Amino acid sequence: MDLKTLTEAFGPSGMENEVRALLKEEASKFCDDISIDRAGNLVCRRKGTDSSLPSVTFAAHMDEIGFIVTGHTEDSLLRFRPVGGVDPRVVVSKWVLLGRERLRGVIGAMAIHLQTPEDRARVLDYDNLFIDIGANDKKEAEALCPLGTYAVFETEYAEFGDGFVAVRALDDRVGCLSLLQILKNSDYAGDLCCAFVTQEEVGLRGSASAAFLIQPDIAIVLEGTAANDLGDTEERFQVCVPGKGVAISFMDKASIADKGLFEMMKEAAEKNGIPHQIKRGITGGNDAGSFQRRGKGARTCVLSVPCRYIHSGNSVAKLSDIKAQSDLALAFLKSLTA
Amino acid sequence: MLRDTLQTLLNAYGPSGSEHAVAEKVRELLEGHVDSMKTDALGNLIVEKFGADENAKTIMVSAHMDHIGLVVTNIEENGFLRVGAVGGISPELVRGRKMVFQDGLPGIAVLEPNVKNKARQDLSDLFVDIGAETREEAEKLVSVGDVCVYAPDFTYLGKNRVASPAMDDRCACALLAELLMYADNQKNHIVGVFSTQEEVGLRGAGVAAYAIEPDIGLAIDVTAWGDTPETKLPAVKLGKGPAVKIMDRSMIATPAVREKLFEAAQAAGVIVQREVLAFGGTDGGAIQLSRAGVPTGTLSIPCRYVHSANEVIDMRDMEGALKILLQFVDLA
Repeated sequence: MDLKTLTEAFGPSGMENEVRALLKEEASKFCDDISIDRAGNLVCRRKGTDSSLPSVTFAAHMDEIGFIVTGHTEDSLLRFRPVGGVDPRVVVSKWVLLGRERLRGVIGAMAIHLQTPEDRARVLDYDNLFIDIGANDKKEAEALCPLGTYAVFETEYAEFGDGFVAVRALDDRVGCLSLLQILKNSDYAGDLCCAFVTQEEVGLRGSASAAFLIQPDIAIVLEGTAANDLGDTEERFQVCVPGKGVAISFMDKASIADKGLFEMMKEAAEKNGIPHQIKRGITGGNDAGSFQRRGKGARTCVLSVPCRYIHSGNSVAKLSDIKAQSDLALAFLKSLTA
Repeated sequence: MLRDTLQTLLNAYGPSGSEHAVAEKVRELLEGHVDSMKTDALGNLIVEKFGADENAKTIMVSAHMDHIGLVVTNIEENGFLRVGAVGGISPELVRGRKMVFQDGLPGIAVLEPNVKNKARQDLSDLFVDIGAETREEAEKLVSVGDVCVYAPDFTYLGKNRVASPAMDDRCACALLAELLMYADNQKNHIVGVFSTQEEVGLRGAGVAAYAIEPDIGLAIDVTAWGDTPETKLPAVKLGKGPAVKIMDRSMIATPAVREKLFEAAQAAGVIVQREVLAFGGTDGGAIQLSRAGVPTGTLSIPCRYVHSANEVIDMRDMEGALKILLQFVDLA
């Protein structure tokens, strides 16, 4: 499985089945206890041989941000809303793919010739944005894309520059890829679980079920996170920087890293020469919040791949950081046994 | 002595997520007084003292060890530290304050003059000065992710009052510790939870309640005040007794538990106040919603200037609260 295949799969929150099927097929090569829970999470378990070791779960979310059809205009356009957080400024004139059939649509806006100076100063919101699917009338549009039809940005996977990649859904297919690497390469002797979870982008929903079901001693969440090393942004607001390695979090809005795990991660990275950085921002939240607080609770830590322009049609990450994410996860597992 | 226990606990370092030094102090205090002590995945210290009755109920009593702080998010070239909030810490209240890190390293929190004429200054306008002149020098002393808190302090105010930056919620930790020390042959099982991460969203108490499965939940926490010149609400006054919570943003207290608290107060001969808080929450909210639900109440200590470097309580309210708690574990 490569990143291109994973990012091309269609998987807005609540419709992760295509991503899940791909991952299940690949994971089954390395794991024979695979189940899908009621929230749609793909849970891959490997029983350990040494019960004195802590049970460890790695988690990554399968879903991505996208759109959902909420209405039809008289003149055949689709009204829509974002699924998860999508800045309306990044959607105008983008191609989108709709539904299982991947019907093409384009998000349009009034031509610049027709805009008043006030129009130009204003950011178009979702009430004033539409998807054009080239239908002749409302009836046709309704038949092709009924209410509730999902859409995602249509973008092509591209590697460019010095080892960078641009595509949609890096958040969090990079984490899914790392989970596969862990299943493939780890010989951890304790109980190991890799959980591919649903609906992170709409509020850590899938992981709430997965966390309760698994209740590991340790949960490590593998994410894509916002890099903000743009223009003249002061260093303190940059959060993390692509190319400087996997980002280790000490805290965000959803969880505070277990201090012991945080130190172990730093140490494992240093000892094994894995490029890493400390994530400097404390905004945002991810599935670690679920794992830390569901059931009897777990010690948690988050490892993220820095992604510029995250939650847009083209986020940018560095391939070496993606490798560093699974490298550090594996080195951490080794350090638990040492 | 309640006062000594309080002072011991107030001095320990313990922002949300790093409460182990407080837990260590509690362990020292309770050694030999209780049946078991253990720490869970989130750092909650869970202490059991078995009850005498063969039909004893399990009462979970929670007091949170953590308090608010500032976490280092960046070390700047000139050696200054940029920080973010751990819990509800405001730039106005923290400005000019002396802070300390876990190893005792001091720093001064400085809110810069409002040169950008912002409507409201926030934590991005604040930095911590640890006296370092360069990034290299600062990096030897602190790392990104380290947390500083208000420097510990303990000041007597008037006859009955004490001010300290960690009163929320170490005063409740002191009460819970003394309850566990002095409860003697009480009817019910007491499971005392010195909880973690309350200030960032009642996180520790929720998982502890799941593991304990109590029959009854009780949180002890501070509550706001309504007895200073321009502050009238909540209708809670210092020195007029502990308060029995009716509701706040996190919980409507289970009526049966609330009434037991009133009963316990009467039996102990302690005057109590009724508390309705339009904001805030306590561990009680997390305990009440655990598993299939737990009947839960909160006993509050009136506290002025909550989340400032001088949180003020009245020791008479503390003494009264301890008497109520000792009755409650027998009555409930």
